[in-house]
Amino acid sequence: MTEATLLDVRNLSVHFSVYGGVLKVLDGMALSVRRGEKVGLVGETGCGKTTTMKAILRVLPATARTPDGEIVFLGRDILTLGPRDLSQIRGPGISMIFQDPTAALNPVFTVGEQLEAVIAHSASAAGQALPRREAYQRAVTSLQEVALADPQRLLKSYPVQLSGGMRQRVSIGMALATGPNLLIADEPGTSLDVTIQDQILRLIQSLVNEKHTSVILITHTLGVVRELTDRVYVMYAGSVVETARTPKLFAQPSHPYTQGLLKTVPRLTGGGIASGIPGRIPDYLHPPSGCRFHPRCPHAMDICKIQKPSFSKIDDEHEVACFLYSEKGKDRREP
Amino acid sequence: MTEEILSVVGLKKHFVVGHTRWPRRTPITVKAVDGVSFSVHEGETLGLVGESGSGKSTVAYTTVGMYRPTSGRLTFNGRELFADNGGRPQQLRKEIQIVFQDPGSSLNPRHTIREILSMPLRVHQKGKNRVEQIVRLLSHVEMPPEFMYRYPHTLSGGEKQIVGVARALASDPKLVILDEPTSALDVSVQAKTINLLLRLQREMHLSYLFITHDLSLMRNVASRVAIMYLGRICEVAETAEFFSNPLHPYTQMLLSSIPVISAAEEELKPRKVISAGEIPSPVNIPSGCSFHTRCPFVMEVCRRVDPVMVEGAPGHQVRCHLFRRSHDVESRN
Repeated sequence: MTEATLLDVRNLSVHFSVYGGVLKVLDGMALSVRRGEKVGLVGETGCGKTTTMKAILRVLPATARTPDGEIVFLGRDILTLGPRDLSQIRGPGISMIFQDPTAALNPVFTVGEQLEAVIAHSASAAGQALPRREAYQRAVTSLQEVALADPQRLLKSYPVQLSGGMRQRVSIGMALATGPNLLIADEPGTSLDVTIQDQILRLIQSLVNEKHTSVILITHTLGVVRELTDRVYVMYAGSVVETARTPKLFAQPSHPYTQGLLKTVPRLTGGGIASGIPGRIPDYLHPPSGCRFHPRCPHAMDICKIQKPSFSKIDDEHEVACFLYSEKGKDRREP
Repeated sequence: MTEEILSVVGLKKHFVVGHTRWPRRTPITVKAVDGVSFSVHEGETLGLVGESGSGKSTVAYTTVGMYRPTSGRLTFNGRELFADNGGRPQQLRKEIQIVFQDPGSSLNPRHTIREILSMPLRVHQKGKNRVEQIVRLLSHVEMPPEFMYRYPHTLSGGEKQIVGVARALASDPKLVILDEPTSALDVSVQAKTINLLLRLQREMHLSYLFITHDLSLMRNVASRVAIMYLGRICEVAETAEFFSNPLHPYTQMLLSSIPVISAAEEELKPRKVISAGEIPSPVNIPSGCSFHTRCPFVMEVCRRVDPVMVEGAPGHQVRCHLFRRSHDVESRN
């Protein structure tokens, strides 16, 4: 862990107890974010993106267990913290933008009440008492930052009175009002129209660049990752299969899953759509042995069924969890 | 050009959502669809693209017969879809089917796949061996026959949508309306579903009216693309022409907003237009050209006069004052 590392998730496992057994959702998840860095976390529905984020914020449901791993944020393991320390991390340390802004805002309080509460909480977590007038002023400023006109009126409005795009702007303003070191954005534009999504993403980009905030952008839209992030993690069935700097990942996707995924994205240049990756995402109650991708992999070898591949370095900051790139499988690799 | 299978002329669908109280009680209407004309040719895929609130689903539901149009004329192979006496003849119902957006809520959770597929067969294909038909239907969509004894909740999202496709095909239709069939699915599942739909189209000579908000998908699937904004069509062209030469400012805004994954695609995105503003409420449609509130090229005339469809390039229809040759052009319809 270097000086510049802000968050380091190491070998994290998350299991859920359900009727009939244990769902082994995360299995050796690893991820790190440096200060001021924008990191993308990509994967399909059910691959564990949101579970990872919930683990980082310690908001997993009661049925979840974390038998393995650590989540180091600013030198402290989040998994071992007590409630008081946690409340200093949530908000002032890490804040989050949710996919659905309608569900993220409380419908029975005005925007102002919610926003001021967040600001007051983060101030009190930092040990200072904030006069109400000051909290109101900061709320006005944070709405101005997200390019909302007439903040005084908006603070008196209820979420239902705003459009989807405005609600998402409010929740971005709320997430950044506490001045966090790390912003987790969980599919921030997915529930919006493409023109509004574009506006929201450009807004997030300009705000985090200005404030030098680190970002984890969770999404299943590869194009969004390409336009917004510095580095990408590709997840499949509970762990990272490939990580690289963003331009490198799109230029030279190396894991068979990443390759398959990129082929299925419809392109503006046309040329049809490849027919996708055969099979479906595994059942977490009985995940496949060895590499969890082997039942769907076109290059699967015997070793893939027995052993989980560790990361092989392709070059600087480009790592792949696949036997095709280890010493054992080198001769099987496609040119 | 092949034969026209569906023709829609001047379709309007207004919904009354409430009434004003003062000074007199007048209905408040949402003009969901406000004068839409287009046609679907045999064997083609017409992509109807728009943001939420543009009225694209209302066009779908009206065509399939779930709504009666406020005005306008819809004909299918020359036969009137909305005759004066109300009901649509069963023969015509059989020809136009629909696949809904959300496969989770369009399949009855208390029915097995067999029961779900039996219903349209019972209505439209009387007196044949039903189980045999269901097995054949499932094999068309590459699903093992044992799936017919399963319930929707045991299927994945992609599999549910494929059952939705099988149900639409049960009556052996000519035209299938696909209302955002893959927007709830992951890209790899979307790819599988789209390829299945394209194969079925070839094998069963289907025509598709494909409703979506995803322009990149349309680039790969549609033969022609139409863009809708606030209940009106603002641009129609053949797919290749449409993407290489987008004319309407709204189309350019849509294209420039798409997140893409390669530099080659980046080249195709118009750079002049940056997304701004939000789609206005369809209750208060702006005067003149309804896009003028967001348009970067807005002129004085746009606020007053609603533009008419003109040919902006050969075979390329666009409804914008920038392409209007003279100010006295009347409606071409």
